[in-house]
Amino acid sequence: MTTIIFSLITVILISISVWQIVKIFEVSNLGKKKDTSQIANYKDNDLHGKLMFAFLVFIYLVTIYSFVSYTKVLLPESASEHGYTYDRLLVISFIVIFIVQTITQALLHYYTYKFRGTKGRKAAFITHNNRLELVWTVIPAIVLFVLILYGMSTWSDIMNFDEDEDALVVELYAAQWNWKARYSGDDNVLGDANVRFLNDFDGRNIVGIDSSDPNGLDDIVVTNEFHLPVDRKVIFKIRSQDVLHSAYMPHFRAQMNCVPGMITEFSFTPTKTTADMRMNPDVVDKVNRINKIRYDNSQELIAKGEEPLEPYQFDYLLLCAKICGSSHYNMQMKIVVESEKDFNKWLNQQNTFSEIIQ
Amino acid sequence: MSVAVNNNVENHDEHHHKETFITKWIFSQDHKMIAKQYFVTGVIVMGIIGVLMSLLFRIQLAWPEESFSVFEIFLGDRWAPDGVMDPNIYLALVTIHGTIMVFFVLTAGLSGTFSNLLIPLQIGARDMASGFLNMVAYWLFFISSVIMVASLFVEAGPAAAGWTIYPPLSALPQAQPGSGAGMTLWLVSMAFFIASSLLGSLNYIVTVLNLRTKGMSMFRLPLTIWAFFVTAIIGVISFPVLLSAALLLIMDRSFGTSFFLSDIFIQGEVLHYQGGSPVLFEHLFWFLGHPEVYIVLLPALGITSEIIATNSRKPIFGYRAMVASILAIAFLSTIVWGHHMFVTGMNPFLGSVFTFTTLLIAIPSAVKAFNYIATLWKGNLQLNPAMLFSIGLVSTFITGGLTGIILGDSALDINVHDTYFVVAHFHLVMGISALYGLFAGVYHWYPRLYGRMMNKSLGYVHFWITAIGAYGIFFPMHFIGMAGLPRRYYTNTAFPYFDDLADINVLITVFALVTGLAQLIFLYNFIHSMYFGKKAEKNPWKSNTLEWTAPVEHIHGNWPGKIPEVYRWAYDYSKPGKKEDYVPQSIPIAKEEKITEH
Repeated sequence: MTTIIFSLITVILISISVWQIVKIFEVSNLGKKKDTSQIANYKDNDLHGKLMFAFLVFIYLVTIYSFVSYTKVLLPESASEHGYTYDRLLVISFIVIFIVQTITQALLHYYTYKFRGTKGRKAAFITHNNRLELVWTVIPAIVLFVLILYGMSTWSDIMNFDEDEDALVVELYAAQWNWKARYSGDDNVLGDANVRFLNDFDGRNIVGIDSSDPNGLDDIVVTNEFHLPVDRKVIFKIRSQDVLHSAYMPHFRAQMNCVPGMITEFSFTPTKTTADMRMNPDVVDKVNRINKIRYDNSQELIAKGEEPLEPYQFDYLLLCAKICGSSHYNMQMKIVVESEKDFNKWLNQQNTFSEIIQ
Repeated sequence: MSVAVNNNVENHDEHHHKETFITKWIFSQDHKMIAKQYFVTGVIVMGIIGVLMSLLFRIQLAWPEESFSVFEIFLGDRWAPDGVMDPNIYLALVTIHGTIMVFFVLTAGLSGTFSNLLIPLQIGARDMASGFLNMVAYWLFFISSVIMVASLFVEAGPAAAGWTIYPPLSALPQAQPGSGAGMTLWLVSMAFFIASSLLGSLNYIVTVLNLRTKGMSMFRLPLTIWAFFVTAIIGVISFPVLLSAALLLIMDRSFGTSFFLSDIFIQGEVLHYQGGSPVLFEHLFWFLGHPEVYIVLLPALGITSEIIATNSRKPIFGYRAMVASILAIAFLSTIVWGHHMFVTGMNPFLGSVFTFTTLLIAIPSAVKAFNYIATLWKGNLQLNPAMLFSIGLVSTFITGGLTGIILGDSALDINVHDTYFVVAHFHLVMGISALYGLFAGVYHWYPRLYGRMMNKSLGYVHFWITAIGAYGIFFPMHFIGMAGLPRRYYTNTAFPYFDDLADINVLITVFALVTGLAQLIFLYNFIHSMYFGKKAEKNPWKSNTLEWTAPVEHIHGNWPGKIPEVYRWAYDYSKPGKKEDYVPQSIPIAKEEKITEH
């Protein structure tokens, strides 16, 4: 209660001081010819015209500062095949944005400065200019058509994948608030599944596989982390058991929503093993930076008598990107990309569905 | 040139009936009073709640591990025990912040205030076509606001499924506490809101079409009116679809239907729903949701068109192109909703179609931006606070709009969808831009609303803090998104990978707090000027439009005696051969004067 009163008093005091400042401002102008019209005069035009020009500089500085100091937090180079095309399209789009932004903001703010109202200035009477307007309709149109065509072909390459025989089929299964992954086993066919089967076998059937479908018996379900072989195409079949989720794997430039009652799909080919990615200079930098932050935070925790934070090691991540309830912020699964040999070794250590339900 | 319809009585006698306190201040049918009512309810009251919520969750995002007594004050023991914010209330805060800012502040607050104030005054009408429906529209909005605020106090918490309320999360109380009574109230509130919006919009459309004064042809309308008119049309087309989505969701929630639900297992139980699809809801929602962006933005663009022309002392550049681009944006806005759904599992071919239509919107948008810049060129700029906010709008509209090239491109959307990149983009292009339009409108038309002037020094301080703050908040936010951080995360400490974003989050929050508090300057200026502001002249900005020919004191029927007739377009600023640098629309064409071709 006292806090409320204090906040109220603070607000009131601030209001009074603002009022006083304005009063002082007005009183200090008393001696001069008084202008209380509250309409901008030449002095205002001059000041704010110049400030507008300064604001242009501010926008440029913010842009430069952000690119210089925040580029390092961005995602490292793509770990999937289509990701290279994605990144190239992104860079091209950014170059277009950057050029347009620099020029238009310059014109906007410079004109505000240059044509700020001064004594004796008279505005030109110009109502329109069809040729000029045609120019700035056609040029954006051409640029956009190029971007649209490029974007559409990239999109179609990413989304219209073939169901190759040798592609690895993996099911991603979302629930509040964890992920599971299912491999199709030796037959490379996922067994039928439905939420109706989730309560079978005392809850051991954690993704609801239909035990009467023979294709499902050799399926392998894993939690916490899933592995992918490098350089082999993966086709994800994505399901959800309760609400909408979104399977987001930023390092692979991959995202697809998980929709209850429906199987959605995405496909990519991992090109870098986890071990390789850990050697990537950008990733090394990032991990060092993160560990320094964690070290500093740990010192504070130790001082408070709490457990220090564990050092961080890079791993590919599967996150949830669609609001899904209270633990949306902590719905994660580790992805390990490794050689085909290591992958097979790991997969063979996992239990199949038939083993689990016995 | 077509002859405008003039249904107005020439002499204004029948309005002189007696007014009581209630008919004047509460159940008023006068469009000017209703405009003020919308502003106070929609912008001031709801705006304070919406902004305050954003400050609370920004504090949480900057210092996620710490406890704050300010959380306890506003959220209470239940949602912030010992000053630690509960994850469910975090989601509720982002949900209600979005709902309030998009619908209550920037739709009802913005259109409600300025369409009501300006449509009759600028087209030369005594009032709206139906003063009674106008009053009903406001009171439905008032009820809607009361219900939305009431929903904040239900036991299980307010709606928390995001302002897009996608089912099943919003449909199942088992999925999150906010999907119980809180969501029911949210839906009921929105049903009232939509009814209010439709009544208001129909009134605006009918008024613009039928009640223009003599000589006010469609191509002599100020761009404000074009913007409000087209906005109302988009609203009438798209809001009913949201109503149907809300009704179907109510059916799913309360009557066991399966429009949006299928194959759900939650809390150990298989639910009976079969055959519905959440994707259907997404289509219905975004069929409103995307046009909604333009329902918010077009009035702001209309307002700035008027203010930039007036304060440049120069005709708006390319009037017809401006009207054409408003119409093009309106048309395209109804066929681009799918760009919110590229990764929902929608057919990839549809993704291509929506990419195409979406990027087309950039063309009329670019035309508008260039026309604004061309209007400034060789002007004689009067840099009033309203003008600064209008130029600020063009700036944020460009900055925010350009990243739309990335989000509207289905391929690029994949990796930034539902990340902070989206949050940064839409806050700049529609949130901040529309707010700037709103502020510009208030500074400019305050003399028409309250007959007094707002303090310009405070206006300047307000603008500069807000302008720096807006870039300070949303520019760095793009980078957090491109680093891969999804939106609506209660904290990002669960992922050590995002640890190095903590500094940026602190920076953003500091900017947000300063900018949020700076709005108190505006609030103070607004209220203080109401009573102590300098009395306004009839036409302080030397503007051409009709509202400045009406007396400063509000009278029922707007003009004593005859309604002024219109002889020219609204933008004869600095016309050669004229002594003054403006020629009001009501001044007849002089001998030897050429009608301006536009």
